[in-house]
Amino acid sequence: MNPSPSSPLRRLLLGAALAAAAIGAQAKDIVLLNVSYDPTRELYADFNKAFATHWKAKTGDVVTVKQSHGGSGKQARSVIDGLEADVVTLALAYDIDEIGERAKLLAPDWQKRLKHNSSPYTSTYIFLVRKGNPKGIKDWGDLVKSGVSVITANPKTSGGARWGYLAAYGWALKQPGGNDAKAKEFVAQLFANVPVLDSGARGSTVTFAERGVGDVLLAWENEAHLSIKEFGADKFDIVYPPTSILAEPPVTVVDKVVDKRGTRAVAQAYLEYLYTPEGQELAARHFYRPIDAAVAARHAKTFPKVALFTIDELFGGWTKAQKTHFADGGVFDQVYTKK
Amino acid sequence: MLLSRALLQRHSVLPGFDLALGFTLLYLGFIVLVPLSAAFLKTATMTWPAFWDTVTSPRVLASYRLTFGASFAAALLNVVAGLMVAWVLVRYGFPGRRIVDALVDLPFALPTAVAGIALTALYAKNGWIGSLLPFKVSYTPLGVFVALTFIGLPFVVRTVQPVLEDLQQEVEEAAATLGANRWQTFWRVILPVLTPALLTGFALAFARALGEYGSVIFIAGNMPMVSEITPLLIITKLEQYDYAGATAIATVMLVAAFALLLAINGLQAWARARQGR
Repeated sequence: MNPSPSSPLRRLLLGAALAAAAIGAQAKDIVLLNVSYDPTRELYADFNKAFATHWKAKTGDVVTVKQSHGGSGKQARSVIDGLEADVVTLALAYDIDEIGERAKLLAPDWQKRLKHNSSPYTSTYIFLVRKGNPKGIKDWGDLVKSGVSVITANPKTSGGARWGYLAAYGWALKQPGGNDAKAKEFVAQLFANVPVLDSGARGSTVTFAERGVGDVLLAWENEAHLSIKEFGADKFDIVYPPTSILAEPPVTVVDKVVDKRGTRAVAQAYLEYLYTPEGQELAARHFYRPIDAAVAARHAKTFPKVALFTIDELFGGWTKAQKTHFADGGVFDQVYTKK
Repeated sequence: MLLSRALLQRHSVLPGFDLALGFTLLYLGFIVLVPLSAAFLKTATMTWPAFWDTVTSPRVLASYRLTFGASFAAALLNVVAGLMVAWVLVRYGFPGRRIVDALVDLPFALPTAVAGIALTALYAKNGWIGSLLPFKVSYTPLGVFVALTFIGLPFVVRTVQPVLEDLQQEVEEAAATLGANRWQTFWRVILPVLTPALLTGFALAFARALGEYGSVIFIAGNMPMVSEITPLLIITKLEQYDYAGATAIATVMLVAAFALLLAINGLQAWARARQGR
């Protein structure tokens, strides 16, 4: 292996290598994986294109973002079990906490790293009813009337349904004289009116919209709007209850993965782009409530004012809510087993 | 050892008993035992009282009743209906027989989720069949039974068919000439020959139904205590990151299924011995 710098073949190879390096430095091909939950499919399809254009203009690099969608809990489990997600954008903070807790892939303070609890858009839980609202459903209290059939997914398996359940429970807590005992009683009555529990939010939308089961669907705000778009405004009405819960679907970079793959800078920029006016505009168009005031003002018609309470103020955060309400033997289980 | 080798070497076409058995054990070990023992090991991380609480909680008990009950009923119906289908396919020639024959296999090939969605749509209150029925099928335990019947049918037909083909029609004619009526011919001559195959078909359909998730989940309605199948509870546990709890229920199902299958195999051996008498 004597060096022979004068060999023409060597020089050729060196030249080729340098040229390749130069091209490489000019434009890198980067692939990111965004692991998300079900209803964000359309949002991120658009957003990824916008970000790729933005990143190309800024750095010259070509970035392709792959998306993976499914139930929020299932997606978190895939990441825990080794799916290499550069970023996760899930339905609730608890699922991301678990990724940090169980697989140690994240810093424990991940939710403080981006503005607004790392939630670039928010949503809420509202009602979708049959056209003309024949059962006159206006508020959470109407859901427990006899003869009203309510469709929701199972809170034990669906992140979205957990928001819906907590919205109902929170409403009952906030009634005059409301307390935990009364709120438990209220959700027990509510779930006595539920004839079908699908495992995911999309499943219950199908049950309500296509199978014609039930009078009211508890739905993500964006899913309700999508259903109207999908199945026609002549079939359903959206009903906004006066109060509901502020759902904050958070996003974060997965530290261990981006450090290993060397994608931290671009992954970080990807999430930050969600906070820019362009990102906010896309979120709003896909019926997620933007946090940017100017964008929100533009879409004020789409998002009526609802008094929104947070999970922190009423339930002491996700970890506590999960333990009290959705763990085995928790309040939700008691609704079904203690009769 | 020497003796058994001497005995087996005479008939074997495979390269020797040792090698073949070694391969069998290794293959079964990797494909079946290692994944299953992973479930057992995970369960072993639980304390005994925690395990017992998990597998005997009211919701879990209700789900065993539904899963084992509906699987058993569906397999039973398939034994009767499957025998009839196999009989028609073997004994009669009619136009389109091959198409009907191929139709039988469809539940094998169809993704179970597709089957589940199709059945749910059909049997829902606004579906083709559901609108004609005076009672609810979709979103009730009855729906679970329908889905399990659908996926179990080919197992019975495909195990009974070859045996029926081997059964000479002359045997029936001989029975008739000896004075047996139709019922006696069926009960005394045909059924005993078919029993082992019917039992195998039953066992396969039953085992398949126990583990079925995809098709059932859409039609069941998944109401706790009423129409939740055991595999759904396993998924529910996983959804809560309760891996040990999930494998605990899985272990109970595995052991129960294994015991039942063993019992059916025993019954089958008994039926064979009786037939050989």
